[in-house]
Amino acid sequence: MTNRIEQIFQEKDREKLTIYFTAGHPKLEDTTIILKALDKADVDIIEIGMPYSDPLADGPTIQQSSMKALANGMNLDKLFEQLADLRKLTDKPVFIMGYCNNVLKYGTEKFCKRCAEVGIDGLILPDMPMHEFKLQFKPIFEKYKLKNVFLITPKTSEERIREVDAQEGGFIYMVSSSSTTGGSWGDSPERLDYLKRIQKMNLKTPRMVGFGISDHEALSMVNQYADGGIIGSAFIKALDENDLERSVERFIGKIKPPSPKKAP
Amino acid sequence: MNISVLDTRYTLVNTKEMEIKIDENGYYGEFGGAYIPELLHPNIEELKNNYLKISADPEFQEEFKALLKDYVGRPTPLYLAKRLSAKHGAKIYLKREDLNHTGAHKINNAIGQALLAKRLGKKKIIAETGAGQHGVATATACALLDLPCKVFMGVKDMERQKPNVERMRILGAEVIPATSGSKTLKDATNEAMRFWINNPDDTHYIIGSVVGPHPFPDMVTRFQSVISEEMMAQLQEQEGTNAPDYVVACVGGGSNAAGAFYHYLNNEKVKLVAVEAAGHGLDSGETAATTARGSSGVLHGFKTLLMQSEDGQVTEPYSISAGLDYPGIGPLHAHLYASKRGIFKYVTDKEAMDAGVELSKLEGIIPAVETAHALAALDQFEFKKDDIVVINLSGRGDKDLQTYINFGNY
Ligand SMILES: Cc1ncc(COP(=O)(O)O)c(C=O)c1O
Repeated sequence: MTNRIEQIFQEKDREKLTIYFTAGHPKLEDTTIILKALDKADVDIIEIGMPYSDPLADGPTIQQSSMKALANGMNLDKLFEQLADLRKLTDKPVFIMGYCNNVLKYGTEKFCKRCAEVGIDGLILPDMPMHEFKLQFKPIFEKYKLKNVFLITPKTSEERIREVDAQEGGFIYMVSSSSTTGGSWGDSPERLDYLKRIQKMNLKTPRMVGFGISDHEALSMVNQYADGGIIGSAFIKALDENDLERSVERFIGKIKPPSPKKAP
Repeated sequence: MNISVLDTRYTLVNTKEMEIKIDENGYYGEFGGAYIPELLHPNIEELKNNYLKISADPEFQEEFKALLKDYVGRPTPLYLAKRLSAKHGAKIYLKREDLNHTGAHKINNAIGQALLAKRLGKKKIIAETGAGQHGVATATACALLDLPCKVFMGVKDMERQKPNVERMRILGAEVIPATSGSKTLKDATNEAMRFWINNPDDTHYIIGSVVGPHPFPDMVTRFQSVISEEMMAQLQEQEGTNAPDYVVACVGGGSNAAGAFYHYLNNEKVKLVAVEAAGHGLDSGETAATTARGSSGVLHGFKTLLMQSEDGQVTEPYSISAGLDYPGIGPLHAHLYASKRGIFKYVTDKEAMDAGVELSKLEGIIPAVETAHALAALDQFEFKKDDIVVINLSGRGDKDLQTYINFGNY
């Protein structure tokens, strides 16, 4: 069986989109409703945000969705309960994104085991350093066949990028600029240079670009230079608590109008 | 007394083989490290590669120590508190960090880091503050060295500590309200780090205690180590020995304690007493006693003992003292606790406030409420009459007048 992640990236001729949302937000039980809506929509990879009290790399939108989710009573046991039937809800690759402390406190082994049980494909922990990954996490991730996703930024050295590539993660998360999540986009020659520079490195791991993408134009642009784009804050802002499924459908429809061919 | 902070017997960088020491990855035992988003990696790496080199440079040393002497007013006295000694039946010395310019030990670190930032070519400074002491110290250092300064402060703390907010503004700093999370020190620290992520090129973050990702805890410890460096020389002169039996200090993040312990870390004869705020009591659910009620976790880029839920959500600590109201503790102290090298004591609001009033009446010194915690811990020991006990008097009580008035126990 080719795994779900590889299969997505083998389909070279179309634009790809990863959507991040915060579990337990806007309402506690919305996690599975959003999952189902994303499964139906033209989305390639799903990232489920595990809310943390102190999300260092996140801007106001994800900070607020996390606080709200925690206030709603979201916790890890609850999350795994909600995801018990994950693989009945979607065939798409699903990653859990969050911060180290939740995993460490829950117990890395127990956490990974439960991820594997419900059919999670991998993890994105932006505050996990490479050194700690190799030491504490990698053997456990491998045991439960979980892919890790490392982040790189415009300031990450070539040497470090090669090291990340060698880890054979699910994909490489290319942070679009030096900023927290949900920043602005706008034209940026530096970003274009960065996207081109990394494209030329011929990495073996697929690359997805995130942080600050909020419209179709930006998504198309990053698809020209990488294997896809990631949207979080703009998606969360677009959620309508009173009409959740429709608001998901509307947002994806706008961000990814039907039949876009990947530009040559 | 003839001690000089320029004395070369005591170098800032201690190269001796030590048992309690930081390893190359920034760990003290199992605590420390650098759990940072990739976005902060270049800044942290730059700091890591340069902080020892810069701070060991003789020119840096000279400038730093000259400012500590002529501007901060160091060395601070080591004062034998006779009436307090009589009460406890031991020789009790007070290391008078309260006499520093701006009223606490925080200025040692703020000036050290501001000088270092200049040598790194940084043009702007950011800092976080809880009670406002570190914010005031940083604003002061920035005025002195002509650096623009932004201080992040939780909106709740801005209300609680109005005079310090205005002090920072008079000194020319911009105070930025932290409105995220619980709106206190923890969130001000998050906001400062996020600002740094968004402004990585020309900005240095002057962190206020021995916390944060490596190399911050080690760097701040070294800048504060002037406290125990002076203590050694002063004790030598006054007692004929450079090592006391006890060093006692309060611990919020742990910078004044780290500075007071530093040169004694591997002298087993010296008992290192770290005093945490128990708030309303260890079992009240309203406490800041991290070692007693915390568990291993990661916050603000380092692994430590942390007040957190079963699920790893960081919980808000409580103490009457805003400076001790931090959900974690520096990795050095977590290690001193885990390795049992440190003796950890817990002091409630009431015990601290009583000890603060007692010192005022016995010695004519009104201590900061943080410091009062260290004083109150003396009651938990039975000293021998020849014991030499040094209390690190980390700050003065001017900023806490309203707290003393509200408590009304004098
Ligand atoms: C006088 C004084 N002592 C102690 C502290 C606690 O900090 P640390 O534990 O880093 O010394 C503070 C912090 O504001 C303070 O103002």
